[in-house]
Amino acid sequence: MAAQLPALIPVPLLVLSILAPAVGMWRQSLAFWLAVATIAFSTAMSGWALAHVIAHGPMTYALGGWEPPIGIEYVVDHVAAFVSLIVMGVALAVVVATRRMAEQEMQGRLGLYYSLVLLLLAGLTGMIVTADLFNLFVFLEISSLAGYALVFLGGRRGMLAGYRYLILGTLGGAFYLLGVAFLYFGTGTLNMGHTLEILSASEATTSIAAGAVFIFVGLGLKMALVPLHLWLPDAYTFSPSSVNTLIAPIMTKVGAYAMLRMFLSVFPEGYLIDEVPIGQALVVLGGIGVVFGAAAAFRQQDIRRLLAYSSVSQLAFIAIGIGLATPLGYVAALLHIMNHALMKGTLFLAVMAVRLQTGVSEVPALAGLGRRLPITAAAFTVGAIAMVGVPPTAGFFSKWYLSIAAVEQDLWVILAVVLVSSLLSAAYLFRVLERAYLAQAPDISHKAPETQRNKLPLLGVTWEPKADVLLPLVLVAAATIVLGVLNVAVVRHVLEPGT
Amino acid sequence: MDELAARFPYFMIAILLAVGVWGMVGKRSLVKKLIGLNVLQSAIILFFINGSIRDGGTVPILFFGEHANAEEFVNPLPHVLMLTAIVVSVAVTAVALAFLTRIHREFGSVDEAEILSEMEQQA
Repeated sequence: MAAQLPALIPVPLLVLSILAPAVGMWRQSLAFWLAVATIAFSTAMSGWALAHVIAHGPMTYALGGWEPPIGIEYVVDHVAAFVSLIVMGVALAVVVATRRMAEQEMQGRLGLYYSLVLLLLAGLTGMIVTADLFNLFVFLEISSLAGYALVFLGGRRGMLAGYRYLILGTLGGAFYLLGVAFLYFGTGTLNMGHTLEILSASEATTSIAAGAVFIFVGLGLKMALVPLHLWLPDAYTFSPSSVNTLIAPIMTKVGAYAMLRMFLSVFPEGYLIDEVPIGQALVVLGGIGVVFGAAAAFRQQDIRRLLAYSSVSQLAFIAIGIGLATPLGYVAALLHIMNHALMKGTLFLAVMAVRLQTGVSEVPALAGLGRRLPITAAAFTVGAIAMVGVPPTAGFFSKWYLSIAAVEQDLWVILAVVLVSSLLSAAYLFRVLERAYLAQAPDISHKAPETQRNKLPLLGVTWEPKADVLLPLVLVAAATIVLGVLNVAVVRHVLEPGT
Repeated sequence: MDELAARFPYFMIAILLAVGVWGMVGKRSLVKKLIGLNVLQSAIILFFINGSIRDGGTVPILFFGEHANAEEFVNPLPHVLMLTAIVVSVAVTAVALAFLTRIHREFGSVDEAEILSEMEQQA
């Protein structure tokens, strides 16, 4: 069965996403268990694949028995197995934790909702394992379509956010496809490994360079690289809470992973620096994005919007790591993909738990939260501290690797950017923590309007959510610290052999 | 002049691409954004198909007993890829149209500015 592992990660998700609506029509609650079982299976397969890759090296799988480079090839190497395990693991925790929220938000449509969730994950894992440029486009569109529909479910404002996301996301997909066209006509192949061989052996041409630029713009849109991030804040803010908790930690990471794939296995080493200045563009736009995202996050009142801009800032870190195009830069980018998935997972899960219990998400309304939901607030604090980059949380180490990688290239300005953004993240996150822990809880018994009184919890009562919401939250928060401490092992056994 | 004529399809594709992007980004109507999207996707499909052409090439069907010589046929692979791309494009258009009917029912308009101003009033 080990030989089939690469296909076993995305295919069950794809098949069961088709079955989920039927199951949901029969029994609403069964759709959730079906989704969880499928995601757990894919997570286990990703874990097994990672263990297998560490022991025996990368695995390849020829889809339908057609030998590559003619047929579609799936490749699971260190990087793919690692990212797949992170994405699926976080998704599993989120789907378990958002069950109650989803029941509230998706009344009577749980089968369809979980179908979309599975479809989204099928697309994302497919993008991770595929080694075919056109197949990557198809999986990109599958995951995006599911993403648009999920965002659209978020009521009146979610509708417009979802539609705008659809227009911009499809524009990104179209640009990527156009880039693939240039690459295909330049090399005559769609297989990533084969493209790498042909490009290494031949002279650089302008048409390949044009293709690289189109691919860069397309994937830049998907990974919300500044100034292509415009779809992200609305999509995160106005989508349902169960949805943004799922898409915020994982979706843009896979776009970043696809960008990294272009550097690792499509274009020869140094090609995207020397022949086309894409590495430089990533570093410059990343540097701008890190500071811009953090500064924009500081001004937000809604905590989901604050976290969305913080995502823009954190993804820019990953972009810098990729753009440096050195092994250490790749390690920093991959480590930050993992760390950001865990940190954002923790933060969004905590925000979801607060919304589930109290219905509020504006920063001023969080006053006194530390006393009412102590465990949730503690988990949020762990995520926030990791985001700022305080050791020994995970966030510190990826920033550390990124700084070393930048200094190696004499890019001291990146070091300044890392420092400034850490200070800014501290400013915007501690603003939230200050409200949660230090601010006096408002006396809402008399003055607050009727609507608000129903939403806000009573003073002095613990409103901690049930264990099935709390446990995944605590686990993801703990992983942020544990994997931070264990980062040397992750880097040595997984990331360094892979890059 | 011959040079220019040979490149004619590329100019047309570039114009279609520009029209598509302009429709998606510059137009206020959500329907026109979708039309722009379709124009853009058609331009990419034409680009792939144009690249598959070989002078004097024929349909890539191998008759029984014949010897295959790749030089005599147009490249069939871009056509197959574009079949998939058309399916993707149809799926995106269907989802977008479903969104549009819901938006129109909710706001009574498909004009982005009108929808935004109505949302402001509600808030």
